Amino acid sequence: MGMTMAEKILARHSGREVVRPGDIVVCEVDKIVQIDLMFSPAAEMPKRIADPKKVAIILDHAIPAPTVGDAEGQRIARRFADRFGIERFFDVGRHGICHQVVIENGLALPGQILACADSHTCASGALNCVARGMGPLEMLQIMCTGKTWYQVVPTVRFDLRGRKPRNVFGKDIFLHIAAVAGSMEGRNIEFAGPGVAELTLDDRATLATMGAELSAEFATFPADKTTIDYLRAVTDEQFEPAESDPDAVYAARYEIDLDRLGPYIARPDFIPNNTMRVADLAERVPIDQAFVGSCANGKLEDLRIAAHIVRGRKVARGVRFIVTPASQHVLKEAVRRGYVETLMEAGAMVTNSTCGACYGGHMGVLAPGEVCITSSTRNFKGRMGSPAASIYMGSSATVAASAVAGHICDPTPFLDGIQ
Amino acid sequence: MSNSDALVVEGRVWLFPDDNLNTDLMMPQTVFGKPLEVQLRAVFATYRPGWVDEVGAGDILVARRNFGTGSSRPASLLLRRLGIAALAAESLNGLFYRNCINYALPAIECAGVSEMVREGELMRIDFLSGKLVNLTRNIERVAAPMPEFLQAIVRAGGIRERLKAEGYL
Repeated sequence: MGMTMAEKILARHSGREVVRPGDIVVCEVDKIVQIDLMFSPAAEMPKRIADPKKVAIILDHAIPAPTVGDAEGQRIARRFADRFGIERFFDVGRHGICHQVVIENGLALPGQILACADSHTCASGALNCVARGMGPLEMLQIMCTGKTWYQVVPTVRFDLRGRKPRNVFGKDIFLHIAAVAGSMEGRNIEFAGPGVAELTLDDRATLATMGAELSAEFATFPADKTTIDYLRAVTDEQFEPAESDPDAVYAARYEIDLDRLGPYIARPDFIPNNTMRVADLAERVPIDQAFVGSCANGKLEDLRIAAHIVRGRKVARGVRFIVTPASQHVLKEAVRRGYVETLMEAGAMVTNSTCGACYGGHMGVLAPGEVCITSSTRNFKGRMGSPAASIYMGSSATVAASAVAGHICDPTPFLDGIQ
Repeated sequence: MSNSDALVVEGRVWLFPDDNLNTDLMMPQTVFGKPLEVQLRAVFATYRPGWVDEVGAGDILVARRNFGTGSSRPASLLLRRLGIAALAAESLNGLFYRNCINYALPAIECAGVSEMVREGELMRIDFLSGKLVNLTRNIERVAAPMPEFLQAIVRAGGIRERLKAEGYL
């Protein structure tokens, strides 16, 4: 009986030959990512840490600091980095949403384990890395001891086949999966099949990131040529990918025909079994705000698509179209390529990179009764501001098309001529 | 404090009858960095206004599927501070479950638990054996016990107490 890639990585890091669902193993963690919210005057700081070389500090949720409290926390983060000699410190100016910065800097590598306090840490599964969110105390423990425990859980496998049509993006594939498979608590997600090779790393990262919204433990991809070529260009660090055995055991398997998908949306408040094709939305849903951003969909490709859709058009009267790049690097590239100018010409607002409106922290929160269409990570009641606001979710294409139309709409007619 | 009694809990049941109740309902972003009393007032304030005034020390929270989905914010600590002594759900989000263990709030998954009790009934949860009993109507279910490795963290009072004992804090 073989093992899945996640099982192999947990086995390697716990000094075991084999692990099986149900086992609890204590593993060495390879990469420890601390975000700005972990630093505050109230947070306890360790007297000593296991290995400063494994730690990266990335300021993302509240930058530049919108409150005095956030400013104080970030000062503590800077002092912490100095005190413990943390070289991987991504302060304002080198910043970005942590999961994007991790990918850009090759911090998450195939076969490794990464821990971070943000719940979308499963994003790094796109790079064949076992990564998950942890609570603040557990992050403290991992910094101190270099280790933590994992319970091995059964894996659900999604075999991707075919090629996605040009109106389908990573987010649409995810929203389709949310409709067919529902919530995944207590299970890992694994992506496999020939369709994986057709997906960009950005699309893979969207899918892995969104695993958190189904309550999955890990969401992993195999490391293929795309993965390895990319990482070789950004890091010298050695790594050993983990491949699932042909006789690995899965709790369930689903086949996803990419050719047959279309644009999807999630209705407000939760994702599992709450998604549908945009074309099947019976009622007309006028919007107050459209948001492109977050670790899931604030990537260069999202800004490219959004710019293509609004080029020569105007954001509808009464709609705020806010675009928040996933990193400073994404913003710089988007400026260089003219996407930012195109978006601004259409009446969109392009902000600095931050988690910002996605977590309802700042830069675009919603008033009671408002309706938002977002390509970010989460649509909980109150997630982006008032609990009396409604948050629909779709791809960045669906968001940009809706911003122009003034109501939620299918982006397909806007995608003519796109490469 | 080492205390195995913390893992055998008898208490009054609060039944939260919806799937997918998330961490943001327990600890909204608006109370990040606020004093504990402010955070406690906000627990389920939009989902079940007034509940924080009714819940008492030693009570048990029973929930449905995918309870605790969402973020890594330590919502389990707030539930514990409100007096919740144990949590049982049809299923739990894994990150939320880790936070329960790490902040020493004993939690267990048990299929059918939300059907075996009504709100206000008395219940016993034995995390060591996995046995759940409705003491009011004498209904019993058995779930997987809490693994010993995790029992030890809860018994130690959670991760913070352990790190302090080991001289890290």
